[in-house]
Amino acid sequence: MSMNRRSVVKAIATGGALIGASVLMPRIAMAAWSSKAFKAEDQATAMSELLGGTPSESAEVTLKAPDIAENGAVVPVTVRSTLANVESMSIFVKDNPTPLVAEFMIPAGTEANVSTRLRMGKTSTVTAVVKADGKLYSASKEVKVTIGGCGG
Amino acid sequence: MSMTRREFARLLGMAGAAGVLPVTGFAAKKQPSELYEVPKSGNVRLLHMTDCHAQLLPVYFREPNVNLGIGSAYGQAPHLVGDKLLNHFGIASGSLEAHAFTYLNFGDAASQYGKVGGFSHLKTLVTRLRESFGSANTLLLDGGDTWQGSGTSFKTRGMDMVKATNELGVDIMTGHWEFTYHQEEILNNIKAFNGEFLANNIFVTEDALFDGADEYIHDEDTGHVFKPYSIKELGGARIAVIGQAFPRTKIANPARFIPDWTFDIYDSEMQELVDQIRSEEKVDAVVVISHNGMDVDIAMANRVTGIDVILGGHTHDGMPKPTTVKNAKGQTLVCNVGSNGKFLGVMDLDIRNGKVKGYNYRLLPVFSELLPADPAMAKLINDIRAPHLDWLSEELAVADEVMFRRGNFNGTFDQVICNALMEQNNAQISLSPGFRWGTSVLEGQKVTMEHVLDQTCLTYPETYVRPMKGSELKLILEDVADNIFNPEPYLQSGGDMVRVGGFDYICDPMQPIGKRISEMRLDNGELIDANKSYTVSGWATVGAKSDGPIIWDVVAEHLRDKQVARIDKLNTPVLKNVTDNPGIAAYPKMS
Repeated sequence: MSMNRRSVVKAIATGGALIGASVLMPRIAMAAWSSKAFKAEDQATAMSELLGGTPSESAEVTLKAPDIAENGAVVPVTVRSTLANVESMSIFVKDNPTPLVAEFMIPAGTEANVSTRLRMGKTSTVTAVVKADGKLYSASKEVKVTIGGCGG
Repeated sequence: MSMTRREFARLLGMAGAAGVLPVTGFAAKKQPSELYEVPKSGNVRLLHMTDCHAQLLPVYFREPNVNLGIGSAYGQAPHLVGDKLLNHFGIASGSLEAHAFTYLNFGDAASQYGKVGGFSHLKTLVTRLRESFGSANTLLLDGGDTWQGSGTSFKTRGMDMVKATNELGVDIMTGHWEFTYHQEEILNNIKAFNGEFLANNIFVTEDALFDGADEYIHDEDTGHVFKPYSIKELGGARIAVIGQAFPRTKIANPARFIPDWTFDIYDSEMQELVDQIRSEEKVDAVVVISHNGMDVDIAMANRVTGIDVILGGHTHDGMPKPTTVKNAKGQTLVCNVGSNGKFLGVMDLDIRNGKVKGYNYRLLPVFSELLPADPAMAKLINDIRAPHLDWLSEELAVADEVMFRRGNFNGTFDQVICNALMEQNNAQISLSPGFRWGTSVLEGQKVTMEHVLDQTCLTYPETYVRPMKGSELKLILEDVADNIFNPEPYLQSGGDMVRVGGFDYICDPMQPIGKRISEMRLDNGELIDANKSYTVSGWATVGAKSDGPIIWDVVAEHLRDKQVARIDKLNTPVLKNVTDNPGIAAYPKMS
């Protein structure tokens, strides 16, 4: 492929707008949209509303997030999984007012690898939950949000 | 006081006869006159400087008496002060090295041995060490924090230091405070820099890439804004040098100056890079010029394999010997070479058949009275300073005691700044950042505008006055304390504790965040109420620009008023659970 990084980013951004539109419709239409889960104010409730269970930690789920956020308003995270038959990947920020941040549906045959940005008001554990073959697996990491300043 | 080289050697000779000279360490093997004659060993010589903070002229610099190590850093280098440091490294008390590496007897020893650093003296030393080894087999590496810290660097937006490092012959550098200028200025300075500016951990943000930030990006595919590494052929060996810029730059300093770039520590990417360099570039050694800070460098050396040497900076630790870190596949030497031009690290490597077989390390204190000034560098410095001399040389007050900053809590110069903020800005409380730069002034000396600039000169110098609740004040103290005392190095940001004026507190560094700070009490004894509002003044805000007067003008006005820089009350905390910590000495408030 001869396209440079900038062209790729532009292509993704343009495509992203379309994907965004197609995601919006199911959100309104689909019964699967869990309003209760997204509005839940504690993580346990959000998880059980969305996924109907509690995940177990798995080395086959990789959560990439910074140790310290450069900017709490846009914290980049990536979730990957090597598990077979991944159905969905969801992300939770335990100490956010509403911990469930996003749920990604992974169609069959799609590589389980998603990236997004989170808003975090303060230091919190971030948890990624992968649903594969009907079972729940997770990885967690604490991301520090600091007021900054005072660098040496 | 000024002393000739001969007088100095005579003095040391007498000290030697009196049995004051060290019995171990490098000075034991050397005659004083040979202090700077490093015997040739190995086939590659790396000369390493860092964190000079734009100090072109010789200065005084007092090392800390409080530099606490928490967690695995407890009692380990660099968290050793005073006699603990001397014992650890086998340096005799009362010696020249004892003065260079510790705060002990600072005022008297500084009067005796004179100033340290200064680019024209450093230049003489660099030339000597290059020529004696064979210049072609040497490299001069600069860990950064070079373009900031003086009035002239501020006025020239770092360009004075680009010229000075060109004259010095810096081959490779990385950065931190370099990023407190605007992106375009940084790129412009790098263009004027004769060496290479390396950083493997600075990437362009995707937003910036989308908006067309592609003109200056080193590699559009990887997103590296700067060249990540460079290969050098020296002494028959191929050496890779990787640049590691300060990973917390956008947290510790204003992000608004460098909107298109993002920084972090990327262990897995660093590992991939080292592995790739080793397999594809066929190098004999891998060196990292780092601005991580020493604790983070030690942690990184544990996690990432295949690095032979980390030449580190940021935390301003002048360590006489490297720390050897064992990891899964071998070992890494971690060095840190202090600040303000005070030291030059000399790492001689014996590299044969694709391996580092041995090393010889010396951290040389740069005593300017022992090294004649290089005339070309001296002229350049004069030219740089000439337009600003009136501003720099104003005498503001007399120092009633040694004025310094370095240490985990308030130094005397910090207290002057905090008092100036309270008095000039009519505030009950003041806050001043715990930077590790800032030179020292001896008792009885005149405090000049240049000294004030040494302590305060940065590109976001505006002060503020605003109401703050007691709870907010505690939150700030807790947050900053966690940046220093978190036992996990990757969660530290470097720098020291925020300096305070108008109140005292108790600090227990061993506790987790939220539990370190207690008993915040105003100078009148009144306990600070979490729900009550107080008038607070401070400076160097990293979020948005403040609208108050410039900090150096505030401090200068205060000193002109007082005529004497005197500390009536030092607002340092009472410390808990650190009495036995080898990182603290001569600290009066411990419980």
